[in-house]
Amino acid sequence: MNTVAALPADPFQRSVWPRVAAVALLVYVIYAAAQMEISWERVQTGLYNAQRFFGRLFPPNFSRWELLAKGLVESLEIAVLASTLGILLALPIGLAAARNLMPPWVTWPARLIIVMARSFHPVIVAILFVKAVGFGALAGILALTVASVGFIGKLFTEAIEEISLKQVEAVRATGAPFASVLWFGVLPQVFSRFIGFATYQLDSNLRNSTMVGIVGAGGIGGTLFAAFQRFDYDFVCAILISIISLIMIGEVLATAVRRIFIEHATVADLFRAGGAASRERHLEDD
Amino acid sequence: MGVATAASMPVAERIWRRFTPEQRFTRFVVYLVIVASIVLSIRSVEVIPEFLADAPEQVVDLLKRMWPIDWPHYPDTVHAALMETIHIASLGTLLALVLALPVGILAAHNLVPFVPINLLAKLILVSSRSVNSLVWALLFVGIFGPGALAGTLAIGFRSIGFVGKLFGEALEESQIGPIEALKAAGSPWRSVLAYGYWPQVKPSFWSIALFRWDINVRESAVLGLVGAGGIGMALDSALNLFQWDRVALILFAIFAVVILAEIVVTQVRKRVI
Repeated sequence: MNTVAALPADPFQRSVWPRVAAVALLVYVIYAAAQMEISWERVQTGLYNAQRFFGRLFPPNFSRWELLAKGLVESLEIAVLASTLGILLALPIGLAAARNLMPPWVTWPARLIIVMARSFHPVIVAILFVKAVGFGALAGILALTVASVGFIGKLFTEAIEEISLKQVEAVRATGAPFASVLWFGVLPQVFSRFIGFATYQLDSNLRNSTMVGIVGAGGIGGTLFAAFQRFDYDFVCAILISIISLIMIGEVLATAVRRIFIEHATVADLFRAGGAASRERHLEDD
Repeated sequence: MGVATAASMPVAERIWRRFTPEQRFTRFVVYLVIVASIVLSIRSVEVIPEFLADAPEQVVDLLKRMWPIDWPHYPDTVHAALMETIHIASLGTLLALVLALPVGILAAHNLVPFVPINLLAKLILVSSRSVNSLVWALLFVGIFGPGALAGTLAIGFRSIGFVGKLFGEALEESQIGPIEALKAAGSPWRSVLAYGYWPQVKPSFWSIALFRWDINVRESAVLGLVGAGGIGMALDSALNLFQWDRVALILFAIFAVVILAEIVVTQVRKRVI
């Protein structure tokens, strides 16, 4: 039984580095929190304000429902058009960025476009488009199109890079033209994942289309922000309830579409409980 | 999945289809809804043609005003605002991790085998996720006044749902073997958590944390537009004063930080996880 004696005294002994990292993190938290100007006084006034604020939030005031409905419809339109345009643009760009199908001089520019499109928050892109095309829904559509190109382009590229090349080679060996290689060799392998990101992007565009209005790019966000600034909190509450319900309905529809295309569900299946895609995991949640 | 129209027909004359009529009908409904919503949206969305015609001119004007970029302005205010943005993102992520751990545990049905609590935890996670971080920021600005504190809380509250959901799912996927072994040895629940579950979910926990931090760096850059601190506030004031050369500087700074964050995340992920 020599091996037992050779074990360290504490078998669960930790190495030094996690401790150093933990101390460093603690120091950082103290330093950064000191910049936030948190004081007991501020927390107290905050709690008092919160009480008043939530008191004024309820009951929600739906009396201006026409304005609310108009904003929501505009947000929906922005989301639908931005997703359509974004997907149409992202398909060729994502394909061009796939390193296993395209030469480097094609993939680099395409990758650059995707990185550029991804690096700014849609609201910031919306600011620039408001300057370029003026206030209104068009700026929102263009801003969310850019976001969609970045997101779908990136995931589509990754999906294409992970395909099996055997089928592509088989199609090529028959002497098929490039379009047929894509159509019969590449697309069937990435189709189900593509449905996944497309529905996901529609969902994400719907969330953001309710926000781009804050900078004047159309949709319900403008109404929300204006109501906030006028301390119209009961109307704010009504808008928030509507936005959240809209997003939840969107999520249910997106799940239904995923089940139809990925699990080949029928209308009747959708009303039955369960199904794997309804619990499908999305790491890319934003 | 092949469906023959009539089994009695000779094989060569049968029509083979991949999907059943119900499946084809369902898909057709989806296509119809998609096309109808696109057409309806195009017809009713308000686009002002004069503005669109004016766009190229406006873009040229924008680029002219942005150039030269106002580099000397960086040390004055932009640097501090940029650091504040990073603090908001980091502290917000940490806050979310601390708050999401218990909620994630409560949401995992194998750890807490009591359905009402699971549902309550899931409700907390869903409500955190369905409110956009800008809306959280508006709420916290209303409560604590403008500044980085509101931004940090907004980032934290928005991230709880994301971190908690993914962490809860990772917990639910953990192997039962080590947990049963610990329980059979008579370990208290703390040891089961620390030596049974934690080692199994540790990699996914850190990768969720890094991934969320990366998202939060992007998100915290816009929170200032509603007064919640960070570089967004500098952006907002530059925009309101039409100082486009400063706007260009700020956009460049945001771009640099986002790229840097992505590099940090990739490197840390490669080395640690």
